[in-house]
Amino acid sequence: MSGLAAGIRLAHYDQSVCILEKHWTIGGLNSFYRTNGRNYDVGLHAVTNFTPRGTKKGPLARLLRQLRFRWEDFELSPQVGSAIAFPGVRLGFNNDIDCLRSEIARAFPAEVDNFERLLSQLADYDDLDQENFGGSARAFLAQTLQDPLLIEMILCPLMWYGNARPDDMDYGQFCIMFRSIFLEGFARPYKGVRLILKHLIKRFRSLGGELRLRSGVESIRVEGTRAVGVVLENGEEITAKRILSSAGVIETQRLCDNLSQLEPQKAGQLTFIESISILDKQPKDVGFGETIVFYNDSPHFHWRPPDEQLCDTRTGVICSPNNYLYPSHSGELEDGVIRLTTIADYQRWKQLDDKEYVRAKMWWYDRSVASAVRFIPDFRSHVIDTDVFTPKTIRRFTSHDNGAVYGAPDKQLDGTTHLSNLFLCGTDQGFVGIVGAIVSGISMANMHCLRDPG
Amino acid sequence: MTPAEIRDEIIDILSEIAPDEDLSGLQDEQSFREQMELDSMDFLDIVMELRKRHRIQIPEEEYGELASMASTVRYLEPKMANI
Ligand SMILES: Cc1cc2nc3c(=O)[nH]c(=O)nc-3n(C[C@H](O)[C@H](O)[C@H](O)COP(=O)(O)OP(=O)(O)OC[C@H]3O[C@@H](n4cnc5c(N)ncnc54)[C@H](O)[C@@H]3O)c2cc1C
Repeated sequence: MSGLAAGIRLAHYDQSVCILEKHWTIGGLNSFYRTNGRNYDVGLHAVTNFTPRGTKKGPLARLLRQLRFRWEDFELSPQVGSAIAFPGVRLGFNNDIDCLRSEIARAFPAEVDNFERLLSQLADYDDLDQENFGGSARAFLAQTLQDPLLIEMILCPLMWYGNARPDDMDYGQFCIMFRSIFLEGFARPYKGVRLILKHLIKRFRSLGGELRLRSGVESIRVEGTRAVGVVLENGEEITAKRILSSAGVIETQRLCDNLSQLEPQKAGQLTFIESISILDKQPKDVGFGETIVFYNDSPHFHWRPPDEQLCDTRTGVICSPNNYLYPSHSGELEDGVIRLTTIADYQRWKQLDDKEYVRAKMWWYDRSVASAVRFIPDFRSHVIDTDVFTPKTIRRFTSHDNGAVYGAPDKQLDGTTHLSNLFLCGTDQGFVGIVGAIVSGISMANMHCLRDPG
Repeated sequence: MTPAEIRDEIIDILSEIAPDEDLSGLQDEQSFREQMELDSMDFLDIVMELRKRHRIQIPEEEYGELASMASTVRYLEPKMANI
């Protein structure tokens, strides 16, 4: 996604661009696949950062302007409403911050003023200004809010949708995620992520861009302090003036053949399994009418890789693509779908042999769903088909080490690397999610390939 | 190009960058930023469009000259006189 966005910017300004994709299909983590006659999205629960037509501020408006799309092109339908569910407390929220405000007034009346203070502090955060990015979100929240439970509940969705770091979160990432989820909101195209991808590809090609699938980069050719080109897995060499890589920070360094001067950086660890259930009716008809529920089964939110097992089902995200306010002409989605995301451990999943892997998928599907139905109506008797994808799947679609969904914890916000004309974009540059990846591609293309035409 | 033609060209660029914007009431002396909520990425686009359409190079130190319509036209006049 970030690569396509960067490609569109550069091709629009007449640069000659080639996008190399290792996979046989497009989209990376935002891809889709077909099994048992059904289409599944890999990464899409919701497009975050949703703002209504005509909004001029914010990442969505910015990316539409930069890529010359109309708001209508992405066919975004807003969410019905979502919730954060902890034992005994539930906070609803939707695309209007007043909903969360009143929910906090109901469940945490003593925190009303503190929450306002939090909102006013966040309003001024500029996500293009990287100076205040570091720092602990937990420390910031502890200064602003008093009730530890409210702090945990606010962090839960924000970490789930964009935190590469275990336990705590960078302050900047917290501000970005808070805005994208609570101040802006969730939406989805009726046709899913493929609609957005289709637009991006069409635009890229119409501007003269070249997209090559099944073209994994095996190495980046280095001369001195510069990258001079890439060597593909099939041996072909392509020269380039500049290279943008969405492969990840460590993954990209590994592709360079002068490995001697590398500073070791830690790869991310946080990865997921996704348990998808197809129902015999619409989710709302089994009593699940919300768009997304972020649940955690104790007052403390545990955001870290599982300690001992393949998965940790204490927390999860339950989401239904059916529960969006689609326009009346598209009607309801054909299949009733409930998706459930659970924290998992890549290394343990990787070690399983084929038979164990299949068994583990079934076992953890059951465990995950059993955990989730403590927070939403039990839909299990309506399930007619299931699919589970694992960290191995995520690794296959992204080639990220450990299948780390949000990449490495330490972001490279200016996108620079040890080589003067090799730059990062996407997850490891700093912006995550669908909108984040697109904005990342745009800003890295602007910063490193357009400002200085060289 | 005459100053009036340069102004039209800038309006055309702005309408490409921000298609939903009503530009008919644009005040020439007031900054773009105040009137249209343009951010730094949009300013880069004005520069890039001028480069793409007319091969005009604007060094980064001079981006500030593009703050308002009046200052932009003044700045571009000598650069676009022979186009
Ligand atoms: C289960 C799940 C649910 C999610 N839900 C949401 C959601 O609801 N909303 C949201 O906004 N985000 C969601 N995300 C996150 C979102 O999908 C990612 O943040 C986003 O896709 C990142 O885009 P990217 O361009 O940075 O990287 P990637 O999507 O990882 O793309 C990198 C690309 O580079 C290719 N590549 C890697 N190495 C090479 C090589 N050597 N040669 C050639 N090609 C290579 C890969 O094949 C891949 O296509 C979800 C993710 C998961 C796993």
